[in-house]
Amino acid sequence: MADIVLDKVTKKYPDGTTAVHEVDLEIADGEFIILVGPSGCGKSTTLNMIAGLEDISSGELRIGGQRVNEKQPKDRDIAMVFQSYALYPNMTVGENMAFPLRLAKMDKALIKQKVDEAARVLELTEYLDRKPANLSGGQRQRVAMGRAIVRSPKAFLMDEPLSNLDAKLRVQMRTQVSRLQKQLNTTTVYVTHDQTEAMTLGDRVVVMRGGYIQQLGDPQTLYDNPVNLFVAGFIGSPSMNFLAATVEESVLRTPLGDLPLGDRMRSALSGADAPRELIVGIRPEHFEDAALIEEHQRAKGFEFTMPVDLVESMGSDKYVYFTVEGERAAAADLEDLTADAGGADLPPQDNLVTRLSAESRVRDGVDARVWMNLDKIHLFDPRNGHNITLHEGKAAGVSAA
Amino acid sequence: MSVSSTTPASSAAADAEQQAIPKQRGRRKRVELSEGKKQERKLGWLLCAPAAIVMVAVTAYPILYSFWLSLQRYDLKFPDEREFVWFSNYVTVLTNGYWWTAFGVTMLITVVSVVVELVLGMGLAIIMHRTLVGRGLVRTSALIPYGIVTVVAAFSWRYAWTPGTGYLANLLAPDGAPLTERASALGIIILAEIWKTTPFMALLLMAGLALVPDDLLKAASMDGATWWQRFTKVMLPVMKPAILVALLFRTLDALRVFDNIYVLTNGANETSSVSMIAYNNLIKGLNLGIGSTMSVLIFLTVAIIAFVFVKLFGTAAPGSDEGKR
Repeated sequence: MADIVLDKVTKKYPDGTTAVHEVDLEIADGEFIILVGPSGCGKSTTLNMIAGLEDISSGELRIGGQRVNEKQPKDRDIAMVFQSYALYPNMTVGENMAFPLRLAKMDKALIKQKVDEAARVLELTEYLDRKPANLSGGQRQRVAMGRAIVRSPKAFLMDEPLSNLDAKLRVQMRTQVSRLQKQLNTTTVYVTHDQTEAMTLGDRVVVMRGGYIQQLGDPQTLYDNPVNLFVAGFIGSPSMNFLAATVEESVLRTPLGDLPLGDRMRSALSGADAPRELIVGIRPEHFEDAALIEEHQRAKGFEFTMPVDLVESMGSDKYVYFTVEGERAAAADLEDLTADAGGADLPPQDNLVTRLSAESRVRDGVDARVWMNLDKIHLFDPRNGHNITLHEGKAAGVSAA
Repeated sequence: MSVSSTTPASSAAADAEQQAIPKQRGRRKRVELSEGKKQERKLGWLLCAPAAIVMVAVTAYPILYSFWLSLQRYDLKFPDEREFVWFSNYVTVLTNGYWWTAFGVTMLITVVSVVVELVLGMGLAIIMHRTLVGRGLVRTSALIPYGIVTVVAAFSWRYAWTPGTGYLANLLAPDGAPLTERASALGIIILAEIWKTTPFMALLLMAGLALVPDDLLKAASMDGATWWQRFTKVMLPVMKPAILVALLFRTLDALRVFDNIYVLTNGANETSSVSMIAYNNLIKGLNLGIGSTMSVLIFLTVAIIAFVFVKLFGTAAPGSDEGKR
């Protein structure tokens, strides 16, 4: 068990590309930290540098207070779980799990005891004599976990360990991984491109893009107070709605209508270099059917009427889609997000996704009166993607005084 | 029964059909499957047939013919003495010192050259696999020896070892004639074999190296394996099928060693291989009976070795025991 400190760690390839830019990260002992981001964001490179599978170009990596830049992977005492599981096909499950212990020249009886213990925890006891080829995906994944935990290493590194499982199994294994980590209380660095995994598993989440850390924080903070467009769009499913907006006198002109600006936002936007064009971000759950809003809440929000495109009833609530007319929100961050998702995870830009209560009576093709919570609106500067509604690190909405 | 019952399975199907008993569903299902299987098997045979017929025509006939010849006393120098003698040719050959010397020489050349080729080939394969800069150049230059005709290469070795004019002879044995002494001549033959076919071995092993996933080696180094442990405990077992194929090819190839010996020593000083003496008896000596006997014996040796290797293959492929448990 140990803490892991990355001090301005950089990875530069011989061809001049820089995969990771001066990443600073302090991972506390026993912490479960997630590196998340689209492919090519440098998360796996960062993990491989911690593992020792890739050299560190500059900066310092300390595990348990000790500089390990020059240490071989085998001397770092950390275990890794791979996306492909990387089980040795010629060895049985038991031999696979015993492999690191055998290499460490541990006593045979002790190896057996440890392997049996790990197999019991992971419910693999009856498969110990099988070859990996004869196991299901979930079982292989557990063997890979078993091989990591038998050693009681200083830290676990996991490189998308659940990506090769089907959706249902992934959810099951997610809880199992989480429980195991709590039980063992071993420092864990977990890489994923799936924001749901990041949100549900980690004590803290690091969102990366293009080799830079975008934001670091606990899942709720990332969700509630994203520092920029990229984090706002990446975290959350369905993702945040983004709309183009312009500042006009004391109001914010959006495709949904003119939103009132509070004193704080007005002064923030009155500066000479303040942007006139903005991007409004609002999460689907911050809309509600206006008919279901109580009077005292009505004042905090803004209401608009629009024809409904489509209603998806999820049972617990309803996803209601609208089409927004007018200019699309455009920014480099949004293009990155769309490129990553291939358009799949992210709604088309002219689509507004709202999550309304199940009691809502809105129907397809009929005009609906929708309320949205002004306190939960984010404003982003399209030039750099920064969230300008953050006040002392907290999202304050547009109408705050 | 109306259905022609060629197999017990189809008669069972007919039974089930006629009686239409629902509880037989499982059985019927199996029978339906085997009907499909039968069609499949038939198609398989049909597809194989052209190749099989050609194979039989070009290999089975010569094999049977030489076996037929090996049972006769048949020397073209004395055609009148042709006679069917059963296995007496085999007795003659197998009790003959020349045969066993040649057999020993062949085995020596085979074992030594294949072992050395395996080790060197593995090294070369790893170098070719790992090279990042000038990969094409490295691979091409490594493969050149294999691209040269064996006889041509053998002649260049002979000139190199010719006393007085050869650069290797002058450099390493200025006072002797290495090709005229048995030990050194065998050494040179083995050297020529190794030089020539190591690239082939490397090529086959490189295909095996490509079978080893990078993640596996990374996992092994995370698990605490040194370079050597990664090689012996992870790479070699995963590559085992490729290694066995390479060994089989090379062993069978080396057993037939002929060109190098023919050019370098022409079998002098007891450096003949079995192929050499079979050739000497059959073609040069015109003794069809004894020559054919020797070639049948060589054939048997090759068959035994191939059989042993194929037996080894059975359990070699990772995950090949799938479904047995």
